[in-house]
Amino acid sequence: MPTGAVIEFTSISKRFGGVAAVNDLSFTVEPGRVTGFLGPNGAGKTTSLRILLGLVNASSGTATFGGVRYRDLPHPLATVGAALEAASFHPGRTARSHLGVYAIAAGLPRTRVLEVLAQVGLAAHASQRVGGYSLGMRQRLGLAYALLGDPGVLVLDEPINGLDPEGIRWIRGFLRDMAAEGRTVLVSSHLLSEVQQSVDDVIIIARGQLVHLGPLSSLDTDAAPQTIVDSPDREALAAALTAAGISFSIGRTGLLAATGDPARLGHLAFEAGVELSVLHRQKAGLEDSFLTLVGGGHSL
Amino acid sequence: MIIFLRCVSAEFAKIFTTRLWWILAIVLFCYIGLLAGGLAALFAGIQTGVISPDAVNTGGGSTDFGSLPPLIYSFASSVGYVFPVLLGALATTGEFRHQTLTPTFLATPRRGLVLGAKTVTLILVGAGFGVVALAASVGLGGGVLSAFGVNALLLDSETWLLVARTLLAMGLWAAIGVGLGVLVPNQVASIVIVLAFTQFVEPLLRLAASFLEITAKIGNFLPGAASDALVGSSFLNLANPSASAPLDWWQGGLVLLGYALVTAVIGYAVSWKKDVT
Repeated sequence: MPTGAVIEFTSISKRFGGVAAVNDLSFTVEPGRVTGFLGPNGAGKTTSLRILLGLVNASSGTATFGGVRYRDLPHPLATVGAALEAASFHPGRTARSHLGVYAIAAGLPRTRVLEVLAQVGLAAHASQRVGGYSLGMRQRLGLAYALLGDPGVLVLDEPINGLDPEGIRWIRGFLRDMAAEGRTVLVSSHLLSEVQQSVDDVIIIARGQLVHLGPLSSLDTDAAPQTIVDSPDREALAAALTAAGISFSIGRTGLLAATGDPARLGHLAFEAGVELSVLHRQKAGLEDSFLTLVGGGHSL
Repeated sequence: MIIFLRCVSAEFAKIFTTRLWWILAIVLFCYIGLLAGGLAALFAGIQTGVISPDAVNTGGGSTDFGSLPPLIYSFASSVGYVFPVLLGALATTGEFRHQTLTPTFLATPRRGLVLGAKTVTLILVGAGFGVVALAASVGLGGGVLSAFGVNALLLDSETWLLVARTLLAMGLWAAIGVGLGVLVPNQVASIVIVLAFTQFVEPLLRLAASFLEITAKIGNFLPGAASDALVGSSFLNLANPSASAPLDWWQGGLVLLGYALVTAVIGYAVSWKKDVT
């Protein structure tokens, strides 16, 4: 069973012209876990991954697998499997000959080609020209390329894009299985909801900079707690809140009070003699935390 | 070394798993076959008197074309050379166009090695195109000559040297195609340059250069002229017999190799080693 290596970004920066696409990015990705690499479109995810894979030269900093740069790996495809967003196929080649070319280049046994095609569910389409593939099939073929060398590290850029619901369910299980086998799995996405069922850890970047790093549960914070409260006599309730110095806004289902303490609101209402019809704590979701971190998610 | 050999066989697989190579090979065979066969019939007919010299307008000039077989056989390279150039340029620019540089460089991160392997592969496949072109020019052209009773010189060692040098020329032309492909990665631009240069610009330059002794010497270093010097015969020399002495065959070969290397090295710097996004 291949074992994963630690992916390490150390102060990676990349400037295109005068624009910083990635700025001083440092983090590590551990084996045996699925790590989500998240950020809005244009945050620098793909550039970071291409730097990691030696396809793009960093302006400064290093990115390594177990301390070794990609271009110095003695057996790159057998160490790291990568599926990048762009469809990188000659449309006139069949899936089988497409993978065959790179199996030859990497010195891998030709039997791997049909094995990985079966693994991603493309065995029946192995002899079909890739030009006729649907987006979902191309995603699977990209994944098959990543698996060709049975690598200990998987780097997947937006692997869920274009998959049908059945494919999404399949890839979630697939990612979990890969990590359970001890591999390092790094998956990028611009939607937390797309990967939140699969990932253990999250690395969030926005505008080329790291904004959050930690286990998925670390996103489950309540930075700005709110409680929804309402009354048949909304004006009296509003007056009571104002008197107690609690700021609020008017929401669809009642007043959104800026406190995480429903008991205190209940007590206030009781003292003011205001009848309550609604009182519950509004819990910020993971997605909300994510959107707050990446700056309101304007580019989503 | 083992990695380089793997790269070469991967490059072979790339060429032979798409349709381009055999489409070009078929067109090459038909084109050269038609030209060599047709002109062999015309020239041999005139030379043997089957076609009256009065029936063709030779401008009052000589109807002595020298030894016909080398002239006819050299159509393989003097006209067919555009095909290996196209193959090399398309094989290289296709990597940019279809973004297959990504899986290629992931499998082999040492990019110089990949470009070297591609060049070696295309030299061999280009020589294969030479075989196809010679099958047309020697096979069909020689057959027509024999039919007119002209000695096709198939047992002549000079003929076989010409064949060998044609294979070398066609291989080098494919390498020049690779160099052009990395120099101008845009596929459409590359094709336009190949066609415009080989079919129009260079023939005109060679003609213009031949008017003065000094420019004629420079004109000998044009790639097409160098190729004809390498092969040792060309209809273009026939059209222009007063041109200064061409390069020696080995000089012509070195000039072609030089074009291939210079374009590849510059192309490596301007496109091949750049970021793959």
